Amino acid sequence: MQRRLYVWEFPVRLTHWITVVCIAGLSITGFYIGSPFIHATSADQYVMGWMRFIHFVAAYLLTASVLVRTYWSFVGNEYAHIREFFYFTPQRFVDLAGDLRYYIFMNKNQPRSAGGHSALASIVYLGVWILLFVEIFTGFALYSQSHYGGALWTLMGGWLLFLFSAQTVRLYHHLIMWVIIFFIIEHVYISWITREERGGFVDSMISGYRMLKER
Amino acid sequence: MEGDSLFDKLSRRGVSRRDFIKFCSAMAATLALPSSLIPRIAEALEKKQKPVLVWLEYQDCAGDTEALLRASKPTVGELVLDILSVDYHETIMAPAGTQAEKSLTDVVKNHKGKYIAVVEGSIPLKDGGVYCCIGGKTAKDLAKEVCGNALATIAVGTCAAYGGIPAARPNPTGAVSVKEAVPGITVVNLPGCPMNVENLTATVVYYLTFGSLPALDRLGRPYFAHGKRIHDNCERRSHFDAGQFVRKWGDEGHRRGWCLYEMGCKGPEAYMNCPVIKYNEGTSWPVQAGHGCLGCATPNFWDVNTPFYRRLPHVPGFGVETTADKIGVGIAAVAAAGVAAHAVAHAVRKKESKEETGTQGDKK
Repeated sequence: MQRRLYVWEFPVRLTHWITVVCIAGLSITGFYIGSPFIHATSADQYVMGWMRFIHFVAAYLLTASVLVRTYWSFVGNEYAHIREFFYFTPQRFVDLAGDLRYYIFMNKNQPRSAGGHSALASIVYLGVWILLFVEIFTGFALYSQSHYGGALWTLMGGWLLFLFSAQTVRLYHHLIMWVIIFFIIEHVYISWITREERGGFVDSMISGYRMLKER
Repeated sequence: MEGDSLFDKLSRRGVSRRDFIKFCSAMAATLALPSSLIPRIAEALEKKQKPVLVWLEYQDCAGDTEALLRASKPTVGELVLDILSVDYHETIMAPAGTQAEKSLTDVVKNHKGKYIAVVEGSIPLKDGGVYCCIGGKTAKDLAKEVCGNALATIAVGTCAAYGGIPAARPNPTGAVSVKEAVPGITVVNLPGCPMNVENLTATVVYYLTFGSLPALDRLGRPYFAHGKRIHDNCERRSHFDAGQFVRKWGDEGHRRGWCLYEMGCKGPEAYMNCPVIKYNEGTSWPVQAGHGCLGCATPNFWDVNTPFYRRLPHVPGFGVETTADKIGVGIAAVAAAGVAAHAVAHAVRKKESKEETGTQGDKK
């Protein structure tokens, strides 16, 4: 028997896919900005100009998306709620250890979730949420270099460049991109095997419904 | 001669009125002042009595003194600094020994609160400051006495402004900036390695014209000299936007004057007026000469802007040649390998579980 359960509300799905597009765009353009892999053949081209333009627009879009998703974690349903992520009971850590053991083939009990996130998923997504905020802050701090002394500089993190050097901020902005790419590889893979095992996981981020097997 | 105006002194040296007004216009431009203020600058320079100036040198390479003296012909700017009564300058003054020290103590005594102290070089604090002593006094004590009684202190060069190269890790002498060594004094930082003498002249001209010091940013640098980013005023900026980069020293792009971004140019995070006023009487500046900016006017530039010829710093805790992207590719490779290995093992487990449960299907 299967039961259809409405899990992912529209704002959750929308911000999820916007974040996917943004991370892809930001990683490609960001990698180009860090180490330009296309070389223009004449001065009337605008390769770096376009790369930076796309990077900055995608950065604003990602910021909006992360903020909307954060807002939804206060007003959304139980699966989207902040309690789903900031939820540290002893049982949660037992589940977390069990989930990890499952993924390294040390036990056969599939991760438990009452519809939303398993213990492992919720802690990993909390980490990704924090990393996205770090990327947004460091990114705007670097962006504010072209607005020295202005309002953007003051608001968006010129102050960060006085705590750390611009180059240190740039290095961590760049390294965290790789950590997020690491996450995406694992995330896509686990979504795929979960779909294999339990069904409807990737599809649920489109329809919002998950198929739960009745016990 | 006491009481003579600057212009009297200049005419005696053969500087024409026209040259003088040209200089005043250049100063107005450097200070980002409107042209309507040129007469005011000229008036101030013509009429005002020049303040006494002393030049102290501590831990540095004398590069700022070199910058001051390096002009190929005497310029009006040089003469302004020259004719300002430079009563003490360790490197270029005529007196020596007790005579020299007397001229310094005389200035402090006779012009208390009225002279300008220019400091070049950082001040060591470690082990009681023994690493830099002049006439038996430590640099710190001297700076405290001379800068503490000055009208204002101008810290020239990155060493005096922020500690500079002597303060680079591991900073064996405990070198600090003038502001850190003598807290509470009025300091204008004119960093750069070396500082640009045009900015020093402009700071003095600003003081003579308005009777106050120019507006400073959070790092104590005048906005007129450090308010704009090198990258935004760079002559090679269009090559950056286009995507034309030098990839190797001496390659096609380098010969054609393309952007030095990939060669580690720190212009995008450096704030100074180099592209506009250049060095050595407007002859050239690093990027024009084909070398990236080192961001030498940035605090701790020797530590934070290295490696100078790479875009990103090395990752702390790893071998010095390990770059962020090598680690990044490693992380992605570990993820991909983990996924691949897991997929194989997962398929095996699925097969096993099917065999165990037979035809009953998945009964989790």
